[in-house]
Order: sequence, then structure tokens, then C-alpha cells
Amino acid sequence: MKTAANFDAAGKMIDFPEFLQFKLGIYVDQFVKWLMNNFGGFFDAISSGLLWFLLNIQAFLLWLPWWLLLVAVFILGWKLKSFSSGLTYAFLIFLIGAFGLWDLMMSTLAIVLTSVVISILLGVPLGILMAYYSNVEAGMKPLLDGMQTMPSFVYLIPAMMLFGMGKVPAVFATTIYAIPPVIRLTNLGIRGVSSEMVEAAVSFGSSSWQLLTRIQIPQALPTIMAGINQTTMMALAMVVISSMIGVKGLGMEVLIAINRIDIARGFEAGFSIVILAIIIDRLSQGIADRSKVPE
Amino acid sequence: MVEKVKVENVTKIFGRHPRSILKKVKAGVSKEQLLKQTGHTVGVQEVSFEVNDGEIFVIMGLSGSGKSTLIRCLNLLNRPTEGRIYIDGENIIEFDKKSLKELRQKKIAMVFQHFGLFTHMSVIENVKYGLDIRGISKSESQETALEVLKTVGLGGWEHKLPVELSGGMQQRVGLARALANDPDILLMDEPFSALDPLIRREMQLELLEIHSRLKKTIIFITHDVNEAFKLGDRVAVMKDGKVEQIGVPEEILSSPASEYIEDFVKDIDRSKVLQAKNIMTKPMALVFISAGPKVALKEMRSNSISSVFVVDRERKLQGIVTVEDTVMAIKENKSLQEILKKDYSTTDPETYIQELIPDATDSKYPLAVVDQDNELKGIIVRVSVLSGLV
Ligand SMILES: Nc1ncnc2c1ncn2[C@@H]1O[C@H](COP(=O)(O)OP(=O)(O)O)[C@@H](O)[C@H]1O
Ligand SMILES: [Mg+2]
Repeated sequence: MKTAANFDAAGKMIDFPEFLQFKLGIYVDQFVKWLMNNFGGFFDAISSGLLWFLLNIQAFLLWLPWWLLLVAVFILGWKLKSFSSGLTYAFLIFLIGAFGLWDLMMSTLAIVLTSVVISILLGVPLGILMAYYSNVEAGMKPLLDGMQTMPSFVYLIPAMMLFGMGKVPAVFATTIYAIPPVIRLTNLGIRGVSSEMVEAAVSFGSSSWQLLTRIQIPQALPTIMAGINQTTMMALAMVVISSMIGVKGLGMEVLIAINRIDIARGFEAGFSIVILAIIIDRLSQGIADRSKVPE
Repeated sequence: MVEKVKVENVTKIFGRHPRSILKKVKAGVSKEQLLKQTGHTVGVQEVSFEVNDGEIFVIMGLSGSGKSTLIRCLNLLNRPTEGRIYIDGENIIEFDKKSLKELRQKKIAMVFQHFGLFTHMSVIENVKYGLDIRGISKSESQETALEVLKTVGLGGWEHKLPVELSGGMQQRVGLARALANDPDILLMDEPFSALDPLIRREMQLELLEIHSRLKKTIIFITHDVNEAFKLGDRVAVMKDGKVEQIGVPEEILSSPASEYIEDFVKDIDRSKVLQAKNIMTKPMALVFISAGPKVALKEMRSNSISSVFVVDRERKLQGIVTVEDTVMAIKENKSLQEILKKDYSTTDPETYIQELIPDATDSKYPLAVVDQDNELKGIIVRVSVLSGLV
């Protein structure tokens, strides 16, 4: 039939020709294997370091009596925001416990905390380097832009390739995904310190270290804190997604619920994630506001 | 006079390869052309001057003339492209890191136009900053800081934050911070330009007062002639990165070296700067007391004046005679002594012309400028008092 023939011919033009396809994945796989063979020790060291850090944080969080955490959240909320905010936050956390999700929340929080701490430890110095050296800034900027435009779960692939499944790749992927804001805003904050103030500090004979620690960092602190706030929020978002590589936590609950079309379970877990997000945002925002220096 | 700071042939060029265009600068290529051709800006060009110990040396010039660039060279916030800067005889350009730090910590301190205060620190922490970074003990730096704060009139404000203070008070903090290290040299880059005129005048007087007490060497920058002439023992006028003239205020005012400076000094309130000696003239005619009325009349006629001062052999002023009295004396055969008048005004050479204005406008006769020994140094006619004001 004429039409069928046409369809067939057109189909040949539409489908990507088979002879042009090649399997890049194989080479990447080989590259990763090569990395593992030659730098296995290095990745093992990172892996066990991360795991040790993570497990300690998690152990601490799980050791915390549940009511103590409620009290702590209440007091923080009260001091940083208001009495009623404190009460609300404590009640919301209580709800998560009431859903039976306390331990899962702690696993999630442990990964978030670990990633945020690593992000700060790496990101602040990197941001400072960017502020001091324009060529470092020029090199980092496109990298950071790229990192921020990338959809989050893309990071799971290299993390999985290098560290397999579980918590360590989750921390790795989360850190990579969440680190750009703290780097970016540290750079911005340090560059934004008034040049007259810097000149004044230099003119009195400050060393570079004194200039950095006594003037530039305190002046940039509000901006850096805003960066840490953003980093924390991104880390939380990423932890949820890293349930795809087998991390236990609230994200995993959602994933299971979706697979089983279990609305009740999905709602409780999803709602708990929202609660965590709101409370972490408000509290870290509150801390950031505290560090504001008068202009 | 001990030389404290000596700037020798200092050039500062901004851009990627400042040294590479030194030749062009020296060949006299203009600033605009250099910027267009090479992308380099000449901030300061071949500047030399000395500042004496305890002097207030003012650098004056329009905005963009290179004043800030120059003063920043003195503590090496700017490194000169070429030239030498001696402080107490040592060329600071050759200092290593350690000596430079020491110089900045102990010998030279800076006050900034927009104060440059550390906004996250309290007033006293600001003042103590220079002491803290030197590792001075807490108790000692606290004591010093409180004392300096008192000096600048800020006792009791030590725990405020800079933002809680008015502009004038903020700059006092800036001054206190600079004084806390007890430096020999104060660099002040338009320190009062951001202040209201009234506060500004107050701060100028206080600076003079502090200077007379502490005897620091001060290098002070301003774009305001009145401020320059009020504060400066000597003034350097800058234009396009070069120093056009250096001198005491009266010199610059009475004999400006260029049209630029003439323009500059146009809006000065001259009456506060010029003294009697700057505007007095040699008397066109003088008569000795021993001479007769006829000589006096001849002197007056040949100079077309209606009165003449009379002096003795030592040029000591005896009085004045008018043309009417002299004519009468000739008729009546009187001596000059008999018709001498004393109702003229005298002044000493150091009096500012501001104070001469009432006398000059009231008196029929020129003002006589005399020294302590009553010796006649010159005369000031009314027109020169009034024209000295413009
Ligand atoms: N850091 C810099 N980079 C490039 N050009 C500069 C820099 N600082 C000053 N200049 C230029 O040097 C000239 C003198 O400036 P400046 O010393 O600030 O003048 P002033 O203090 O008398 O207003 C100006 O043309 C200015 O643009
Ligand atoms: Mg300036």
C-alpha cells in the first residue's frame, strides 16, 4: 500500500540511524573501573571517613531523647523567632514522631547535617579563594553555574559509580548538589566588604590572616549565613532524592509509597519532609538574621 | 627643622604593565592619550616634596588630581611605579614585609574620607584594633583606647556601635583609632569632606588643637582651599597627577604659579589668610621730620597724593601731614612738627586683613604698617584692603 510504504520510508528518516549509535557508557564504566583499580585506596579512605563522620552524627541524633529534641527546637524557635513559633515547631516535630517516622527523620537529618558541615568546611575556603583570586573566580563561576542548572538526580550517577549504593554516595551527591550557594555567597560576601574598611585594616598593619578573620569574615558573615541556609535547603531536597540509591530515610518512605500506591504512607512521609524543610529554613534563617552587622 | 618624610620623584601608574609605559609618561604623552592608547592611568607623576617633623602639610587639588593615589603611596597601600619615599631617612619602598608591617603599626596611621570604621565592632574595639593586632595586652590597650577617646571628645561613647554615631562623631572615632598607636605621622585623606560645614569647622579647630598638643606630623588632603589654607603650614597644589606649586598659604595666594591655582584660590576667603604684610606697599613718598613743609608739598604734588607720612632718621613713624595743613604751614612759616597729625591707624605686619577692614574703611588716611619699634614698614591704602578680598 502506498501510504504504508510512505510511512515506512518516513520512519527510516525519523528513527536515529543505528550505525551512528555508540556506547559511551562502556568507556565510562571502564574509566571508573580504572579509577577504582588505581585510586581505590583514595576512594576507600574518603568513603570510610564520610561514613565514620555520618555514623557519629547519626548515633548522636538517635541517642538524643525525643523530648530533649522537642525542647531544643522549642527554645531555638522561641529565641530566634517567637514564643508561638517555638511551640509550633516543637508540635510539628512531635507529629513526625507520632507518625512513627522518628528514626527515619533522624537518618535523613544525619545525612543533611553531614553534607552541610562538609559543604561549609569546603565551601567557605573555596569562596574565600574565589574572592581573593579573580582567576579562581573566573574558573569557578561557570562550574558553579553548571552545577546549579543540573537536575539534582544526575549527581546520583557519579556518586553511585564511585561509591556504590547507600549512605556514602548519598552524602557525596548531596554535598555536590548543595555546595554551590555557600561557595557563591562566601565569595560575594567577602568581595562586598567595603574597600575602605579593608584598606583601613591593612593600613594599621594587619596580617592577611588578621584581615580575613577579624574584618572580612565577620563582615561577610550575614551573606555567608544566607548561603548556608540555601545549602541546607538544597541538601534536604537532595537527601530525599537520594533514596533512589538506597538511602533509608523519609525519602525512601515516599518512594516505597509511590511504588505501592500507598497514599496514607506517602502522605505521612511527604508531610514530614515538608515540616522538616520549613523548620530548618526558619531556624537557619533566624541564625542568619542574628549575624547581621549594622551597615 | 627635621625632615620627616621625603618623597622623591614618585610616579604611580595604574594598569596591567605600569613600568612598560614609564618612558611614554616621561616623554610627556598626555594622560588622556595614554589611557586611550595603552589603557593605563597615570595617578601621580614625578612628584617630589618634603614634610618637616611636626608640620601640617596639606595636599590640595580637584577631584581626580591624584591626591588619594599619592597619600596611599606613603603607607604603601599603593606601591609607586617609580620613585623613593623616605620616612626618617629610610626608603620604605625597599622595606620587607616585616618592616612594612612595623611601619604601619607604629609610625604611620591613616584617617579615611568615609571613616572606614569596622561596623561590626564597638567604638572602643575600633580604637583598639591597631593595638590588638600588635598583641598588646588587653588591659593596656583598653586604657590607651579610653584615653585617646577622651582626647577626641568621645569619653562615654566607647560601647556604642559606629552606626549609632553622627558623621562627625564617627570621624572622631577614625581619628582616635589612628592616634591610638601613637604614630609619628597621620595621613588624612579628605577626612572632613563628608561632614556638614558646621561640624567640619569644629573638627578643623579640634584637629589644630590636637596637633598643637601632640605635635604629630600631619599630611592632610582636601579639595577645599579654605580648609587647606586654614590648616596647612605649607600647601602643595596638585593637578593631573603633578604638583604645581608648594608653599606657605600666603605665597600661593599672593603669587599663584598657574591659572589653575588662580582659579582655585578665587573662592578663598582671603581676609583670613592674607596678612597686612602681604598687601602693604612701599610708601610712594616719605618725608623726614627734619625737612620743611615745602619739601613735603613737593613730594605730595609729584606723587599726586593728599597726605604723606613723616618719619625720623631711623624710619620711625612720627605722624602724617595733609596737603591743606602744609600749604597753610608754608604761609604761616610753621614747621612740620607743628602740623603733624596722629589720627591715622596703624597695624603690625602679621594682622589678618579681615581685622583691618573696619580701620581701612573708616580712616581718611592709608593704614601705616609698623613693627614693634614703630618703624614704618609699608602702607596699605583702602583700595588694596578691599581688593585683597577678591
Ligand atoms: N585603583 C585604581 N585603578 C585605576 N585608576 C585609578 C585607581 N585609583 C585611582 N585611579 C585614577 O587615578 C587618578 C587619580 O585618582 P585619585 O588619586 O583618586 O584622585 P583624587 O583623590 O585627587 O580625587 C584618577 O584618574 C583615577 O581614575
Ligand atoms: Mg580622593
